[in-house]
Amino acid sequence: MTGKRHWGMGMAGLLGWRNLAHDRSRFVVTLTGIVFAVVLFTMQVGLFLGFQDSTTTIIRHTGADLWVLGKGARNFEITLPIQERELYLVRSVPGVERAEPLIVQFVPWKKPGGGDESVIVVGFDLNSGLAGPWGLVAGDAAELRRPATVAIDTLFADKLGVPGAGEGKEATVEINGHRARIVAMTQGIRSFTTSPWVFTSLRTAFDLTGFNEDRSNYVIAKVAAGADVTAVRDSLRAILPRCDVYASEEFAAMTRDYWMFTTGAGASVLVSAVLGLLVGAVIVAQVLYATTVDHLAEFGTLRAMGAPSAFIYKVILGQAVISAVLGHVLGIAVSLLVAKGSEAGAAVILVPLPLAGSLFGVTLAMCVGASLVSIRKAMTIDPAMVFQR
Amino acid sequence: MPMDVPMVEVEGAGMVYGTGEAAVRALDGVDLAVRRGEMLALVGPSGSGKTTLLMILGCLLRPSAGEVRVDGAPVAGLAPAVLGALRLSRMGFIFQGYNLFPALTALENVQLALDLKGRDLDEGADLLHRVGLGARLNSYPRQLSGGEKQRVAVARALAGEPGIILADEPTAALDTANGLGVVELLHELAQAGRAVVVVTHDPRVAGLADRIVRIQDGRIAA
Ligand SMILES: Nc1ncnc2c1ncn2[C@@H]1O[C@H](COP(=O)(O)OP(=O)(O)OP(=O)(O)O)[C@@H](O)[C@H]1O
Ligand SMILES: [Mg+2]
Repeated sequence: MTGKRHWGMGMAGLLGWRNLAHDRSRFVVTLTGIVFAVVLFTMQVGLFLGFQDSTTTIIRHTGADLWVLGKGARNFEITLPIQERELYLVRSVPGVERAEPLIVQFVPWKKPGGGDESVIVVGFDLNSGLAGPWGLVAGDAAELRRPATVAIDTLFADKLGVPGAGEGKEATVEINGHRARIVAMTQGIRSFTTSPWVFTSLRTAFDLTGFNEDRSNYVIAKVAAGADVTAVRDSLRAILPRCDVYASEEFAAMTRDYWMFTTGAGASVLVSAVLGLLVGAVIVAQVLYATTVDHLAEFGTLRAMGAPSAFIYKVILGQAVISAVLGHVLGIAVSLLVAKGSEAGAAVILVPLPLAGSLFGVTLAMCVGASLVSIRKAMTIDPAMVFQR
Repeated sequence: MPMDVPMVEVEGAGMVYGTGEAAVRALDGVDLAVRRGEMLALVGPSGSGKTTLLMILGCLLRPSAGEVRVDGAPVAGLAPAVLGALRLSRMGFIFQGYNLFPALTALENVQLALDLKGRDLDEGADLLHRVGLGARLNSYPRQLSGGEKQRVAVARALAGEPGIILADEPTAALDTANGLGVVELLHELAQAGRAVVVVTHDPRVAGLADRIVRIQDGRIAA
């Protein structure tokens, strides 16, 4: 490259790039450090997003605008049952088009081969169309209308002791002391609590949970076209003093914040992300510093010639930027592969492309930050050193 | 600027390195003026203060006593960044160890200096032609002989046509023929209207100079 300008950084950029490329093995170490940091960081952020996604998956896949539940609950999975009276009250409020009960309850599951698991029964009103299992890959949702039938996710088939369920084999299981048949399989419905979902009809859910038919965990409602969700919510709050009423997004945000932050689960993932970043930054700082020290005489020559500080900044920052770009691209490529591989697992790593793009800012900041030590070193050398041997 | 104003001069220049017991008096009351068109050789025994004087002339070292003037103007009060700009525009340096950038080609080494001085990078090839290296533009320093490397360094020092060329033992690492070749080049530059200062141990190099100044124990010997 003997062109006039290089990445808009002139000869400074060229010198920085050449000095990096000159020490090839060291450059490989630099890139490895950055890739390591990028992968670690992206994986943790992706895991965070995957967890976050799983905390609200059922809320988001339900067509309800409003959620009515027993007062004081803080997440989707654990709520106290409410009464049928509340369902009728909800239906009586103007602006409510439809309302139906929903059951979400932890119950024990006996594995066919022995051993117990805790599962969460989700009982839908299959007639209203407001809610129901989605993403079916085997069986038929209509089968769930028969008594004592359930659907589970393929992700949890092994965990629940029914490997191969839905692959033509009839699987009968015992849930909370009741026998049930698996008649359908979903794919990709994850559970943040690690307790698998068991989807079923409202009627079967009453049996499996032992609830009286006048009880449910939720009343979910759809508002009439043109009605204001917030206004309807407020009317419901006024007539349901023993219940909490949330708009769908509010409820999703509450349950997400509860699992991710109140429990500390999300925070620990983020701490790992930051640690990955720190480790990467230290590696990058070390290697860039070593490169700078190796070329200290060259910086002395530049200083003696009268090169302005900006030129020396450009050389070192140029190296940081080049390292960041190459390291980030490689790191994201590795992360996307790992994310792809995680799709079959119980914990998904989400690396949406906008995330990959915006994390470049983090990589760049890490590399530039790591280069500051080197800049200091290069700026403080005495230009007179060039004559002193 | 009148012709007789020295391009660079020192008056009463003194330099003491360190303090207290460790203090070394490297230079003491040196007066020296270098004029346009002259090549001056600084000679003297090892440790006599030649490099110290050259660094003071080149505004790389502030003297502990005395005054330095470039084109007649004192430089004492100038900030480091301004001194840097002054070196960039007025001076070209040549070092015993060449101090080329090993990862850049001969041409790029010269272009780096042109870029610093805000000049057109196309001048690089011309400068290398002038020092007889027109055929080695794309060679890296490790592919060049010592004499060729030093000629690249001369071409680099010439970037931006500085008025003052300062060289510290530019031929020390070269054999006689190569060394004399480089010094003849420097002499031509002086004749073209520059002020050239060459520190040397080599009497044959000194013999080519217009004026020889001998330093002994930090003073100019008569
Ligand atoms: N940075 C320094 N700190 C302390 N003493 C120094 C320093 N630089 C030079 N000196 C001393 O100042 C004196 C003059 O040094 P200088 O380098 O100018 O000599 P010189 O004439 O260039 O010698 P040579 O021919 O060996 O290169 C010497 O005694 C040297 O030891
Ligand atoms: Mg010396």
